[in-house]
Amino acid sequence: MKYLGIEPIRPRVAVFDFTCCEGCELQLANKEQTLADFLQAVEIVNFREISSTRSDSYEIALIEGSITRSDEVDRLMRIRERARVLVALGSCACFGGVNRIKNSHDLLQANREVYGDHPKPTLPVRSVKEVVEVDLEIPGCPVSKDEVERIVQHLIWDVPYHFPAYPVCLECKQRFTVCMFEQGQLCLGPITQAGCNAPCPAAGLGCWGCRGPAEEPNYDEFLAIARRRGFQEREIQERLHFFGGFEVLR
Amino acid sequence: MKLNCNVDVHHLTRVEGHGNIHVRVKEGKLDEARWDVVETPRFFEVMLRGMHSSSAALLTSRICGICSISHCLTSLEATEAAFGIDLPPLAHKLRMLAKHGETLQSHYLHLFFLAAPDFLGLPSAIPLLQQKPEVVEIARRLKGLGNRICDVVAGRTTHPVAFSAGGVTMRPPRQQLLELRDALLRSQDDVAATAAIFAGFEIPNFTRQTEFVSLEGEAGGEYPFIGRAMVSTDGVHKGRGDYLAMTNEFVDGNNTSKWCKLSREAFAVGAMARFNNSHALLRPEAIEAARQLGLEAVCHNPFMNNVAQLVECVHCTHEAIRLIDEVVDDDGPLAAEVEPRAGSGVGAVEAPRGILYHRYEYDEQGFIARADCVIPTTQNNLNIHLDLQALVQQLAREPGMTDTRIELLCSMLVRAYDPCISCSVH
Repeated sequence: MKYLGIEPIRPRVAVFDFTCCEGCELQLANKEQTLADFLQAVEIVNFREISSTRSDSYEIALIEGSITRSDEVDRLMRIRERARVLVALGSCACFGGVNRIKNSHDLLQANREVYGDHPKPTLPVRSVKEVVEVDLEIPGCPVSKDEVERIVQHLIWDVPYHFPAYPVCLECKQRFTVCMFEQGQLCLGPITQAGCNAPCPAAGLGCWGCRGPAEEPNYDEFLAIARRRGFQEREIQERLHFFGGFEVLR
Repeated sequence: MKLNCNVDVHHLTRVEGHGNIHVRVKEGKLDEARWDVVETPRFFEVMLRGMHSSSAALLTSRICGICSISHCLTSLEATEAAFGIDLPPLAHKLRMLAKHGETLQSHYLHLFFLAAPDFLGLPSAIPLLQQKPEVVEIARRLKGLGNRICDVVAGRTTHPVAFSAGGVTMRPPRQQLLELRDALLRSQDDVAATAAIFAGFEIPNFTRQTEFVSLEGEAGGEYPFIGRAMVSTDGVHKGRGDYLAMTNEFVDGNNTSKWCKLSREAFAVGAMARFNNSHALLRPEAIEAARQLGLEAVCHNPFMNNVAQLVECVHCTHEAIRLIDEVVDDDGPLAAEVEPRAGSGVGAVEAPRGILYHRYEYDEQGFIARADCVIPTTQNNLNIHLDLQALVQQLAREPGMTDTRIELLCSMLVRAYDPCISCSVH
């Protein structure tokens, strides 16, 4: 990662997982072509899923997962005190993710159904920013490693990173993907923030909105299109609330 | 002097999810040895209620970031069984190809990044970048190839997007399939080098008799990955609908993951269980690899699960090549029509870590009325817990034993199961 022969500063990075599937941190170990470069650009001091090294001294904390238990709140606050930059990694950390669907069910009843007479402690799901101050949010389920690499470069250079203002629709056009609405599917592409390179429509799946809203989304027009195309209210609402990114519409 | 020891591992490293090891030895005798899963519950079965069939597989793939393809396929199987859908042969083959991609990436992730550092005396695989870059290269190529298969066939590496009830939604580009085939053929040297690396590791000498449960292979046919009945080394044979017999889960006070048993106090699932039940159905190249690595059925040493995973990697590499040959020029239909109807269905798949069941009840509009998901690591947790007690009992008798050594071997034991703890507390 040398440029003009100058060694860059390697920030000390710590990765922490809360309530999630750990798929986002796994992306950090994926994209194997550039893995060695990535691991040399930063100094990983905490990454429980792949390393037994532990340290409380780090500049950047990457937080994966949503917050659903009181011990998680305490742990997250300690990390916030130590980190210079705290990044919410993935839709669970940014919005609560699919875990947030839990909040629309009766938690006592849910606990009884699963654990019978031994209920386990659990709280309504919260995103990371609902508990501590967050410096940067990288949405996605999972996050795109390409995008994470770009953002980490910006952090190393100390240059602000700007997410695309446009929606996923534009990326479908760039890839020559036929519009999902034209294929008879509901798609949140018109209102969802781009940056993922639209892999879902390219594989035949309408956008489920995992990255949350684009800048200034036109909700009214989106809802009008979806209704005009015959999609039922229940389906539209289920889709909008799937990853928790469109809670503004609730 | 008799051994006294206290080991407390809070949030064990190099495993998926959060679990603790607690060991106490007094005067050379085991006082307590526990494997406690402390992961936060997510209540996926409750979240599924009221959800439309088209969202079920997308939601449940989020149970796990490593084996999301297995969760997706199990979910689709359950929905397809409930709706009475028969898959076109090409769709089944493409799903199986993606499944092999997942098994390869998952097993190689575990072998190189989670398990190997213990045998090399390292805290992680990261120092290998400097110390043994050639090993990192092999790991990078093999794990990358598994992920590329998922990218090409499932639409992406984690949380697949090219599968829906009735079949698949994308025909993988011919050129990309042929490139994968080439890469798989070329990868055989790397696979052999990996076997040589693992052959050089000293596998701890420990056995504890247990029951091994897996899906049934087809006599004279395929090694088990999708569908069919459940079998065990204790002679159990049960159809898909009888899955509750082995998943009579019960709750332990210290664990957010439930415990399971079948014929005896606990049982094990995963690569070793599949090998122990169905080794005769492996590809000849995989059988030869097992022989060279000293893996023989029925093996009761849990540390050998690492070797069983490696043997499966050999098998999946050859099976993936065979499947590409079968699908590359197949222009048959990708999906069957889907007509939601009221009813229930069970999906059963061998995830990398063992049998995964989903069962859904649908109403007539295709919304889920009730869901049940039974996860491999849930099935393994009690067996791990009992292994830990037997292992500590054995270690406590060994002269010169130390806390550090007990902590290492206990951690290695849990890691050998490649637990997927977030999954197990779904």
